[in-house]
Amino acid sequence: MLRIENLHASIGDNQILRGVDLELKAGEVHAIMGPNGSGKSTLAQVLAGSEAYDVTGQVRYEGRDLFALSPEARAAAGVFLAFQHPMEIPGVGNLYFLRTALNSVRKERGLHELSAMDFLALCREKMKLVEMDQSFMGRSVNEGFSGGEKKRNEILQMAILEPKLAILDETDSGLDIDALRVVANGVNALRSPDRAMLVITHHQRLLDYVVPDRVHVMAEGRIVSSGDKELAVALEEHGYAGVGAEVQASRRSAVGVAP
Amino acid sequence: MTTVTDGAVRATVDADRALSRFSPRLDGDFPGWFTDFRQAGFDWAMEHGFPTRKDEDWKYTRLEAIGEVPFVPAAPGIDHRLLSTTIDERVGDLGGPRLVFVNGHFAPECSRRAALPNGTTVTSLASALAVGGEQLRWLSRRTPRPYRHAFSALNAAVAEDGALIRVPAGTIIDEPIELAFFSHTGGIPLVSSPRSVILAGPDSAVTIVETHAGTHGDLYWSNGVVEVVLDEGACVEHYTVQDEAETAFHLALMDVRQAQGSRFRSHSVALGSSIARHEVHVSLEGEGSEVDLEGLYLPRGDQQHDNPILIEHMAPGCTSRQLYKGIVDGGAHGVFNGHIIVRPGAFGTDASQTNKNLLLSDHAEVDTRPRLEIFADDVQCTHGAAVGRLDEDALFYLRSRGIPEQEARGVLTYAFAREMVTRCPSAVVRARMEHLIADRLTTGANEPVMDSRLTSEIRSVKGGRSK
Repeated sequence: MLRIENLHASIGDNQILRGVDLELKAGEVHAIMGPNGSGKSTLAQVLAGSEAYDVTGQVRYEGRDLFALSPEARAAAGVFLAFQHPMEIPGVGNLYFLRTALNSVRKERGLHELSAMDFLALCREKMKLVEMDQSFMGRSVNEGFSGGEKKRNEILQMAILEPKLAILDETDSGLDIDALRVVANGVNALRSPDRAMLVITHHQRLLDYVVPDRVHVMAEGRIVSSGDKELAVALEEHGYAGVGAEVQASRRSAVGVAP
Repeated sequence: MTTVTDGAVRATVDADRALSRFSPRLDGDFPGWFTDFRQAGFDWAMEHGFPTRKDEDWKYTRLEAIGEVPFVPAAPGIDHRLLSTTIDERVGDLGGPRLVFVNGHFAPECSRRAALPNGTTVTSLASALAVGGEQLRWLSRRTPRPYRHAFSALNAAVAEDGALIRVPAGTIIDEPIELAFFSHTGGIPLVSSPRSVILAGPDSAVTIVETHAGTHGDLYWSNGVVEVVLDEGACVEHYTVQDEAETAFHLALMDVRQAQGSRFRSHSVALGSSIARHEVHVSLEGEGSEVDLEGLYLPRGDQQHDNPILIEHMAPGCTSRQLYKGIVDGGAHGVFNGHIIVRPGAFGTDASQTNKNLLLSDHAEVDTRPRLEIFADDVQCTHGAAVGRLDEDALFYLRSRGIPEQEARGVLTYAFAREMVTRCPSAVVRARMEHLIADRLTTGANEPVMDSRLTSEIRSVKGGRSK
């Protein structure tokens, strides 16, 4: 579904991604872990189509050149990013935003647009999944939402837009254990054989709920180590310093560890 | 923030020649006091001349363009019936009492009388003068104060008509009173000079909706003055829709004086005119009076919208609020020039002023200039100004959810304007403004550009004297 080859990304002179290689198949859930500044969020932003970065390398999504698509075209094609810091957009109602987004995507996918009533029914259904109160719908997008509410709103958007490739950027950060459970349930409900997920996280905690097929460790702009879910456990025990040796090793041999 | 070069340019108005066209017409049937009032206005203008860009309050207004056109004062007598459909289209109709003025002169065929509480006057100044001019002498004693500039003096010099609204003590009028000022030149560059007076008696309440529009493509100059006088405890809600032809000039002055415990609220939307100046001067003369001014200006193309605001706190315990927002597109120029003066003795003043601007193009320009002068103790004044572009991160967020770029820009731009609409208390006026704004923002053909984040700077001055 997704094949990333030798991906580099920079802002000005600041090189952030230094050759990322990754392959993700339909039905798989991969976790990406790594210390702050290792490039995890940049990878997520670049995949979603942020124009803030200069990018080289290749990303094929369902056989298509992902970089040839605008952010909105990527969304229509089934790419979804749950933002680490969801934007607050005063003056734009949450319900209006969700409906506009869904109808834009449906239009591109050749489906009829949903009426306000039909959309409301769908929205109510999906809100149960993330245990969100209806009062959120009358408010501006993320405005005055707590950290946890913002993250639930991201998962709600994911549930409504039904992407094929979902990228979750630190969706667990700042959540208490109850909110984490709600968010994880939302994510698990969307796991399916034709959907792939890339879960970026700092903590193994989320991976207790959302069990990944593979775990990758990112450091200094590339993937330095990959393994099964035991790698996440090892990281939790030994810290990133524990895989530090591998970072050095991978540099010396100049071979990125491919999944 | 960008600023016009300081080397102020002298307006290229051939003052004498231009002014001579404004000599008061003497063939009208006016009472003596009114003729004197007009003559005094003319003399003042002759003595002081037109303002120039050297004048602090006029440094941004492109007066030169007005000086280049040989405008002549509009005379009454146009056949309004031919225009009534156009007027309804361009001005709208709220269905209640309505006074329509064409080129500044009352158009009874297009107006509507409605049942109003006893003692209420809603009429045109010209008809009132014709019926009992001498009884209106109090107008000259009560309303005029020193002219702000030659344009308001010239308005007086050629004043013949306008709205005259008088609400007696304790009277509450629920239905909004509509004042429509429409311009139609028939090819002659006309200046219309309506002079309106709104007098709200003690503890009265009234809502006024002013609309300014004109035939598309006509070259005219609307030079209107509205005086609003609020007696003790009066409450006036005022709305202005400036939707003039984009070829027109619009210089408006709203002069407000407030007695003790009175409350004035104004909401305005500016869309039209080549050059528009929406000047507001509020004097809080009585203790505990409150004023709330809100305005949205949306210049595009090469339009200029200038908003000079002066609020004078003259008595203790008064409150003033200003919230102005601009959305500037194309090569347009938006100006906010907000001046608050807290006079000696006006202790307990609470004043705030906010101006936010959104630039939709690389060529758009905004000057925002908050000014505070405080000569009293125990005063709270805050002011803030922001000029920015559409938030790139918010735009990416919307696009990443599948909303196409142009639509996402529209959504964010409308969101910026929406606050002003939602704050508008009258539902009927809100609906009209919403429609006009949405219409403007979805047809504003200019390709918006953006490259930096919304920046904002809020400063706050509390307590004590400041110089």
